[in-house]
Amino acid sequence: MNIRLRARDDIIFQILVNGFLLSMLIAVIIPLWRVLMMSITPLNHLDNGTLGLWIAPRDWSIEAYHQLLTHPSFLRAATNSLIIMTSGTTINLLLTVPLAYALSNKRLPGRKLIITFILIPYLFRAGLIPNYLVVQKLGLVDSFLAVILPTGVSVLYTLIMKSYFEGLPEEFKEAARLDGAGEFQVLTRVILPLSKPILLTIGLFYAVSHWNEFFNAILYLHDPKLTPLPVLLRNILLAANINEYVEYNAFSLAPVQAIKAASVFITMLPMVLIYPWMQRHFTKGTLLGGVKE
Amino acid sequence: MSELQRQAMDAATQKLEARGFTWPGIWKEQMSRLGRTIKKHRWLYLMMVPSLIFFVVFMYWPLWNSQIAFKDFKPLLGVEGSPFIGFQHFVAFFKSFYFSQLITNTVIFSLMRLVFGIPLAIILALALYETCFNRFRGFVQTISYMPHFLSWVIMYGVLLVLLSPGSGMVNEAIKASGGEPIAFLTSPDWFRVVVIGSDIWKETGWGTIIYLAALMSLDQSLFEAAAVDGASRLQRIWHISLPGIAGVIVVVTLLRLGTILDGGFQQIFVLYSLPVYSVGDIIDTWVYRQGVLEFQFSLATAVGLFKGVIGLVLVVSANKLAKKLAGSGIY
Repeated sequence: MNIRLRARDDIIFQILVNGFLLSMLIAVIIPLWRVLMMSITPLNHLDNGTLGLWIAPRDWSIEAYHQLLTHPSFLRAATNSLIIMTSGTTINLLLTVPLAYALSNKRLPGRKLIITFILIPYLFRAGLIPNYLVVQKLGLVDSFLAVILPTGVSVLYTLIMKSYFEGLPEEFKEAARLDGAGEFQVLTRVILPLSKPILLTIGLFYAVSHWNEFFNAILYLHDPKLTPLPVLLRNILLAANINEYVEYNAFSLAPVQAIKAASVFITMLPMVLIYPWMQRHFTKGTLLGGVKE
Repeated sequence: MSELQRQAMDAATQKLEARGFTWPGIWKEQMSRLGRTIKKHRWLYLMMVPSLIFFVVFMYWPLWNSQIAFKDFKPLLGVEGSPFIGFQHFVAFFKSFYFSQLITNTVIFSLMRLVFGIPLAIILALALYETCFNRFRGFVQTISYMPHFLSWVIMYGVLLVLLSPGSGMVNEAIKASGGEPIAFLTSPDWFRVVVIGSDIWKETGWGTIIYLAALMSLDQSLFEAAAVDGASRLQRIWHISLPGIAGVIVVVTLLRLGTILDGGFQQIFVLYSLPVYSVGDIIDTWVYRQGVLEFQFSLATAVGLFKGVIGLVLVVSANKLAKKLAGSGIY
C-alpha cells in the first residue's frame, strides 16, 4: 500500500516537474519562433491584416533574407563583425593562455603579487571616460583595434583558466621538464592538448562578446565603413526610414517588419549554430573553477 | 636577471670588497638565491609580459586618468596639466536632482533582478535535476542557455517583434481581446517590467548552471536514505537538496549584491528612450550621456569614480562574507 502510494506520488511529481520544464521551454522558444515567422511573412499577408496571432504563416517568402544578403552595407557590417570576432578572439587567447599558465605554477616567485596586480583593476573599474581617453590618446579611434585591444584580457576568464590548469596532473609537466622541455614546450605540447574543453569554452565566450560588440563600436567606430553588425542592426530597428541603412525597394515583396526580423535572425544565427556544439563542455565543471577556489 | 646584469653586479661587488667593504653574508646569499629562482623561471615571466603590458595600458592607465575627477579637465591641457579643483564635481552631483533618481533606479533594477531571477533559476535547476527524462533535460538545458549568448541589440529586436504597438505579438493579443495596445518600451509604467522580464528571460537558464553543478555534487546516499525513511519527493528537496546548495545560493546572492550599482548598462542603453528616463536612467547611462554626449568629462569621471569606490567596498565585503559563510568567493 505504502509503496503504491509513493509510486503514485512519484508520477504526479514527475508530471509537475516535466510540465514546468516544458512551459519554460515554450517560453524561451515562442519569442524566437515569432521572430523567424515574422521574417518570412510576405507583403500581401501584412496588407490583409492577417499578421494576427497565428503561429505559422500560411504563405511564406525569403524575400527579406534575399534583400539583406544582397545588400552591400549589410554584407560589409557582417564582414566587419567577423573580422572583429576572429582577430579579437585570437588576441584574447594569445594573451590569456600564457598568463593563466604562468600563474598556475604555484612555485612561481611573485605569483601572489601578480594576481593582486591583475585583481586590483578588476575590482576597481576606472569607468567610461578614463578608458575613452586612453583609446583616444593611443590614436585608435576609427580602427578595429579600438574595440579589440581594450578587452584584450578578461580577469575572470584568466582565473577560470588558471584553476583549470592547476587541476591538471603535475606529473605530466614534471615528466616533460625532465625530458628537457622548456616552459613554452610544456605549454604547447603538454598543457594545451589536455585543455581543449576550457580553450573551447573561454574561446567561445570571447568570440560571443566580440560578435555582440556594440557599445565600444558606437564609442570608437564613427566611420560607416567600419560599422559592425549589431550597430547596423540597431540602426535598422530604430530607423523611421529604413532606406537610410538598407535600401528598401518600393516594389519589394517583403514588409519592413520582415526585414527587421530577418536582420535580427541573421545576427543571432552564428551564436545559435555554434553554441549547442560547445554546450556539452559547460557543465563539466569548467565554469566553476573561478568560483570554487 | 640577464647575464649582463649579473656580470655588472659581480664586478661592482668585487670592487667594493676590494676596498675592504664586506656584504652581510646572509643578504648576499639571499640575493643570489632570488637571482637564481628568477632565472630558473624566466620563461614563465616572459610569457606574462604581453598581458602585463595590456594591464598597464588598458587597466592602470585609465585608473591614472581618473584623477580628472578632481580637476577641471581641458583636452588641450591634458590629464596631468588640467587645473585641480578638488571635490567640486562630486558635490555638484550629490546636490543635483539626478543623484537620488539615478541611485533609486539603479538599485531597483538590481534588486528586482535578484528577487525574481534567483528563485526562478533555483526552481529550474531543481526541476532539471529531478526530471526522469535525461534527453529532455539535455534539450531544455541547451535551449534555455541559448538566450544568454544573444546581445541586447538582438533582444531589442525580439522585444519589438513581441511588444511593438503596431504589430507586436502581445499587442495583437490585447487588440484581439478588445483592449487598447500598450507602448511597453516607451511607457514609464511598463518600462521596468520589460527590463526585468527580458533579463529573466535571457539569463535564467544560464543562471541554473551553478546550482545544477552544486546539486550534482550532492551525496546520492542521502537521497536514498531519505527515500528508505519514507520521505516524499518534496520533502527530499526541502530537507536535502535545498540545504545542500544553500552555500552556493548565499555566494551567488552576495556577489550579486556586490554589483548592485551596475544596473545593467548594455541592456538599459539599448532599450531606454527619453520618455522613460525618469524610471529607466541608471548611473552608467547618465555617465555616458554627460561624458560622451555633453563632453562633461570631469563630472562623468567623478560619478564613475564614486560608483567605483562604492562598488569596490561592496564587492570586497560581499566576497569576505561569502568566504566566511560558505567557504568560497570569486577570488
